[in-house]
Amino acid sequence: MPGAIYAEGLVKTFGDVRALDGVDLDVPEGTVLGLLGPNGAGKTTAVRCLTTLLRPDSGKAVVAGLDVLGQPNEVRRSIGLSGQFAAVDEYLTGRENLQMVGQLYQMRGRAAKARAAELLDQFHLADAADRPTKTYSGGMRRRLDLAAALVVCPPVMFMDEPTTGLDPRNRQELWGVIKQLVAGGTTLLLTTQYLEEADHLAHDIAVVDHGRVIARGTSDQLKARTGGERVEVVVHERDHMGEAAEVLAGFGKGSTTVEEHTRKLTVPVTGGAKLLAEVIRELDVRGIEIDDIGLRRPTLDDVFLSLTGHVAETKGEDGPADDAGHEQEKEATK
Amino acid sequence: MSAATETAPVAAAANRMGQSVRDSLVIARRNLIRMTRIPEMVLFGVIQPVMFVVLFTYVFGGSMKIGNTTDAGVYKDFLMAGIFAQTVTFATAGSAAGIADDMQKGLVDRFRSLPMARGAVLTGRTVADLVQTCITVLVLAIVALLVGWRTGSAEPTNAGKILGAFGLLLLLGYAFTWIGALIGLSVRTPEAATSGGIIWLFPVTFVSNAFVDSSQMTPWLRHIAEWNPFSATVQATRELFGNPGVVQSDAWPMQHPVWASLIWSVLIIAVFRTLAVRKYRSAAN
Repeated sequence: MPGAIYAEGLVKTFGDVRALDGVDLDVPEGTVLGLLGPNGAGKTTAVRCLTTLLRPDSGKAVVAGLDVLGQPNEVRRSIGLSGQFAAVDEYLTGRENLQMVGQLYQMRGRAAKARAAELLDQFHLADAADRPTKTYSGGMRRRLDLAAALVVCPPVMFMDEPTTGLDPRNRQELWGVIKQLVAGGTTLLLTTQYLEEADHLAHDIAVVDHGRVIARGTSDQLKARTGGERVEVVVHERDHMGEAAEVLAGFGKGSTTVEEHTRKLTVPVTGGAKLLAEVIRELDVRGIEIDDIGLRRPTLDDVFLSLTGHVAETKGEDGPADDAGHEQEKEATK
Repeated sequence: MSAATETAPVAAAANRMGQSVRDSLVIARRNLIRMTRIPEMVLFGVIQPVMFVVLFTYVFGGSMKIGNTTDAGVYKDFLMAGIFAQTVTFATAGSAAGIADDMQKGLVDRFRSLPMARGAVLTGRTVADLVQTCITVLVLAIVALLVGWRTGSAEPTNAGKILGAFGLLLLLGYAFTWIGALIGLSVRTPEAATSGGIIWLFPVTFVSNAFVDSSQMTPWLRHIAEWNPFSATVQATRELFGNPGVVQSDAWPMQHPVWASLIWSVLIIAVFRTLAVRKYRSAAN
């Protein structure tokens, strides 16, 4: 029996761009799948296909036991969607927004009102409930957006980059909310650009690149493939690179990567901070002057590097994620 | 048993209809709340036609020939039907901009992911715009009365006819907001929707009997003006108001302006509602 979210061979093209190039997913009930990938990888397009917003060119999608293409309206009753653009009406108050969404989920006026009040409390928005959401901070807006997706306690949730653009404190807070939700038995598919986030929230991770799932597994499995921690050293003088490489080889658990022009050496290790201190001591004893040294944990880039041999091609550093892909979608609709 | 199977589809259809009405009202309410939070939008919507009344009356007033006179007072009475009609059509820009804004902000995605009636987002918007149009028309009527416009100035009229004239005006305005909805769904930004919602209205409202006596136009232009859907409503309104300058013409819409106005408006709603709802449903495909 397929899971709460199931996709097989999803393909979606926008003009020449193959945004989805045969995506297969299977999320068992009550679990969290993290869809990890850089901007433009196809994460948002996948979510849009699964939430009835986009019709895939081919493939099959089943959500909460319902055929997404055949019974879109029944699917909409069973899902909640929280998008990266925090789609709430900025001129309505938080309360008005939630009431409206409740009524559009076909709740009666009074029930929608009561549910709105409940959610405002739960998401610590009660104080700001009667202010237009235009005056909310980024974090508050995200919480409201999430609350809007939870009005009917849907069994299946989709979150498209829930924390992109949030500061660390707000991110932590939102993570807490999401964890609570999952503890209640909701099946969740979330997209993210941050390995850390997927690590934190997801049971399983699917890595997406160029519209395909290129790897899947638990966070630990992916990290094992990536090589875990590594020590990264930038030496002051080019002449010292050879000797520094010898030192690192002594501590490392794999071959050392050397980047000549940046004078950077990287080696996979185990042993964390304690080992880092030892490396520094040894370099010091040998009189090798360093500009920078650090312990690096695997990032999305590392995962990509090890999986694809190329660095994640993010378009623009901080802009709203998946903008590129989204723009392409918009372009293609004209 | 057979009775049950026969009534089931009817009940389902009634359910769908009820849901459609409820959802549209929820969205209309949302847009009306927005209006109270951005009162300047309503204000500008009122100022513009008032400005037109003043400008046309005092700048063009003395030099426009209506019937056989260039009396500024006659032109004023002639003009008002045109200004009313133009005003209701300008609601198009508001619908276009509002819907384009919802698209851009991601609200349309939110709505499309909810189990709501298909056309409700657009119907709700057009209904809210209709409420705004009512307010604008009311203010405009008061200003017109203040500058000296009177109904029944050329032919006798009555309250029923005057209300009928306003009914036709509002129906035309409502029909045009569906054109606005389609424009809003078709452009990339709210800014483009605002100008896209307005520019084509200038030829439509000026190549008509709204501001000048169309029987004085060059024949080919006169034909266009007389068959212009907008002219039918102007002619009907003018006739029902009992104001001067009703066009004498063989063209069917000019002879039966009330029917022509009704037919045109219903036709516009039927065509553009269908197109807009279809466009909305496939908004991102």
